[in-house]
Amino acid sequence: MTEILYLAGAVAFIVGLRRLGSPGTARSGNRIAAAGMLAVVVITLVTQDIVNWGTVVAGIAVGAVVGVWSAIRVQMTAMPQMVAIFNGLGGIASALVAATEVVEVDLGALSADTVVSILLSILIGAITFTGSFIAFGKLQGVLPGRPLLFPGQQALNALVVLGILGVGIWAGVSGQEVGYWVVGGLSLALGVLAVIPIGGADMPVVISLLNSFSGLAAAAAGFVIESNPLIIGGALVGAAGLILTFQMTEAMNRSLANVLFAGFGTEGGGIAPAGVADRPVKRATSEDAAISLGYADSVMIVPGYGLAVAQAQHAVRKLADALEERGTRVHYAIHPVAGRMPGHMNVLLAEADVPYEQLLDLEQADPQFPQTDVVLVLGANDVVNPSARDDPSSQIYGMPILNVDRAGTVIVVKRSLSPGFAGIDNPLFYDDKTLMFFADAKEALESTVSALKTL
Amino acid sequence: MSALVVGVTVFVLAAFVGFEVISKVPPTLHTPLMSGANAISGITIIGAVTAAGLGATPLAQILGFLAVATATVNVVGGFLVTDRMLEMFRSRTERRRDTE
Repeated sequence: MTEILYLAGAVAFIVGLRRLGSPGTARSGNRIAAAGMLAVVVITLVTQDIVNWGTVVAGIAVGAVVGVWSAIRVQMTAMPQMVAIFNGLGGIASALVAATEVVEVDLGALSADTVVSILLSILIGAITFTGSFIAFGKLQGVLPGRPLLFPGQQALNALVVLGILGVGIWAGVSGQEVGYWVVGGLSLALGVLAVIPIGGADMPVVISLLNSFSGLAAAAAGFVIESNPLIIGGALVGAAGLILTFQMTEAMNRSLANVLFAGFGTEGGGIAPAGVADRPVKRATSEDAAISLGYADSVMIVPGYGLAVAQAQHAVRKLADALEERGTRVHYAIHPVAGRMPGHMNVLLAEADVPYEQLLDLEQADPQFPQTDVVLVLGANDVVNPSARDDPSSQIYGMPILNVDRAGTVIVVKRSLSPGFAGIDNPLFYDDKTLMFFADAKEALESTVSALKTL
Repeated sequence: MSALVVGVTVFVLAAFVGFEVISKVPPTLHTPLMSGANAISGITIIGAVTAAGLGATPLAQILGFLAVATATVNVVGGFLVTDRMLEMFRSRTERRRDTE
């Protein structure tokens, strides 16, 4: 009977995931999955002859308070980091489930498959934990976003992997508890070592992959305690996370191996960043921007991470409203990997009530640039970099971009000339038709709206 | 069939369902979907509850407590934050209806 009820929970996860994939049903999908989760937790509490109620209730209470508090408090702009943290905690939970098994049972008497499951659960869960927190640090700016590389890094990583394998085999064969803890420690270290050489711009891919990992860790924990719902839920997320990861790398025209191991964004592309700093750019003030925008028939806004950092989603909406009042047509061009996570910009603009019909994706927006009078680039950089199209020696060559340089005029709002997250210089900034408006996105938008009123 | 074979069978079939269910996702839904899937991976909470609830030694109980707490943050926070994101996507008319 219990198994049948668990099955109902698993079905809720599948239906929920499916509905999450389409705009009209996504919210109900999330709620169905949440209801399924609540159901399986209640079934577990009722059927498992729990002895230590105090421990269980305390754990749930602490977790629920922290979870609710952080979910309500987090800014929409910080969503990718938040997902990383939740994901890391899920990973360590699976490792801890296996760790509890290690201290409770007679390790020498375990079957080989249980030993392997325990070790895998600890390994994957611990990597997910530290890897996710490093990803969080890079996105939050606590850690430097650039790849951290040092001599002998590959050798050290290989050594750690070999260490995990060797100690793991020894622990399994000898039944020595200490071996499991060493595997856990080395796995925690591996999570750090694997993520620090990856550039901040690639963190979304890392989080997505680690999301898949946290599913696999849960599935491994399912094998340890012989629980079908754990195996089903874990395998679902493992597979779904992997698909999402590949969709992301595809949008960047890169392979997963390239993202993970290439140390992407360490050196400049075709042009040395130092040399170009001296090249002339056309500077613009809010008045210049207001004149260009105010007398345009059509304006395309290209938002990027700078918009998110400046919390400028409401300000951009105000500018768009002011322009529409003047009879200008306004659209937004959303690159699939703009911001720090696919869909990040859509979430932000939706928060500011930007009409859905004004949001164009890459395929819809790109053909329109030649007929667009003014493009306003707000804190986006790599996704509008023409090097990706023109310069085969560039690191991002081949990545699909928004060809904003085909429009009449381009206004780039940016805080400085520093290269973007990928660490690559952008020839767009030195183009004759480009006006550089050096300012925080929010201030720039607000001053431009004021300047528009005086036109 | 041994428990292992059953487990592997369930795993492989569920993985296939996962691959099939997530086919082509519009980029708009990428972040919420990842966040929702992440919350589902918090299913490990039932393993955590079992471990904490049945643990005999103090150490097992401490580990179990930590497992329950972290898994609960993952589940509760994950579903809530996903719901918050998806709320943004409702059409304007829907929201106006709510505030009236």
